[in-house]
Amino acid sequence: MSDLHTVNKSPFEKNSLETCLRLSKAGSAILLYEDGVYGALKGTAVENMIASAVGDKKVYVLGPDFKARGLADDRIIDGVEVVDYAGFVDLVEANDKVQAWV
Amino acid sequence: MKFSIQVNEGPYQHQASDSAYQFTKAALEKGHECFRVFFYHDGVLNGTRLTTPPQDDRNIVNNWVELAEKYDLDLVVCVAAAQRRGIVDDGEAERNGKDATNIAPRFRISGLGQLVEAAIQSDRLVVFGD
Amino acid sequence: MSDAKNFMFLNRRAPYGTIYAWESLEVVLIAAAFEQNVSLMFIDDGVYQLTKGQDTTGIGMKNFSPTYRTLGDYEVRHMYVDKASLEARGLTADDLVEVEWEDWETEETVDNIVEVVDSDRVAELLEESDVVFSF
Repeated sequence: MSDLHTVNKSPFEKNSLETCLRLSKAGSAILLYEDGVYGALKGTAVENMIASAVGDKKVYVLGPDFKARGLADDRIIDGVEVVDYAGFVDLVEANDKVQAWV
Repeated sequence: MKFSIQVNEGPYQHQASDSAYQFTKAALEKGHECFRVFFYHDGVLNGTRLTTPPQDDRNIVNNWVELAEKYDLDLVVCVAAAQRRGIVDDGEAERNGKDATNIAPRFRISGLGQLVEAAIQSDRLVVFGD
Repeated sequence: MSDAKNFMFLNRRAPYGTIYAWESLEVVLIAAAFEQNVSLMFIDDGVYQLTKGQDTTGIGMKNFSPTYRTLGDYEVRHMYVDKASLEARGLTADDLVEVEWEDWETEETVDNIVEVVDSDRVAELLEESDVVFSF
């Protein structure tokens, strides 16, 4: 039993990523998409947030949104997996429900 | 999987409608069933037929209309939110004394009960917003 | 129809600055007619939706805060408030409205269904629900 949590806002614009990580249970899946992909970038002031989440949650980033923003895959935090829209659909199906942190 | 989508933002202002469209398209291409796409808050603005976006960029309203045509989607615009924001069909024009309509084809205006029903009937509700 | 689902309405925004708070309430009111189990969760700026003493006369907007106090009449049995969000904003439960609830059949009454809960409990409640609505 686990939920898919989606985060679509930049961690520097809103606290949605922070709140999502605080209120999601271990074993959850987290998908960063739209401006939320900036949370998956190495070397940011919030890298630790994601790096520690990777320990007990499965963190994903939507590749097309990452690429749209000019970010290369080798700058993604270790342990974060890249998915496309088909992968996004698979995540929705594989988890019990979606919690959207807009 | 039978899924429903909720779109909370209007076209272009936020990426929500684009993301919802890309997700819905991917899910349908995988053979999943979409019970309903429900447009709420500024999302109702996706239901106007009067947009003229630049030729070199995507036409969000047309994207939804074409997807609806291909897969017989139920695109529902919330009546209360639509009234506030001026999305009007024939019924609303007559009821509220408006001299024009602007609803896009394949979209219909209906009540919030349609969102609640979608949540009850679907396996998954996926919300796209800001 | 299958068994009632547990609906959770996730509220994370303050009232009046944007319409999300009010329009999400409108969904809650409609959901009552569908006999589902409806709970509300207030997190981040969403906790501001429940502050007492809202007076909108100076800003020319409708004061919709009285609607929260009627939710007990709309099949809402739980209104959860995230403790960490409340504390970060310098608020306590005393700053929030109280919402009565009565079961018309059994006549069981609850003085106040607004309940402050910690992060672990919030996470549990969210995961236990069947559908989460976000606005």
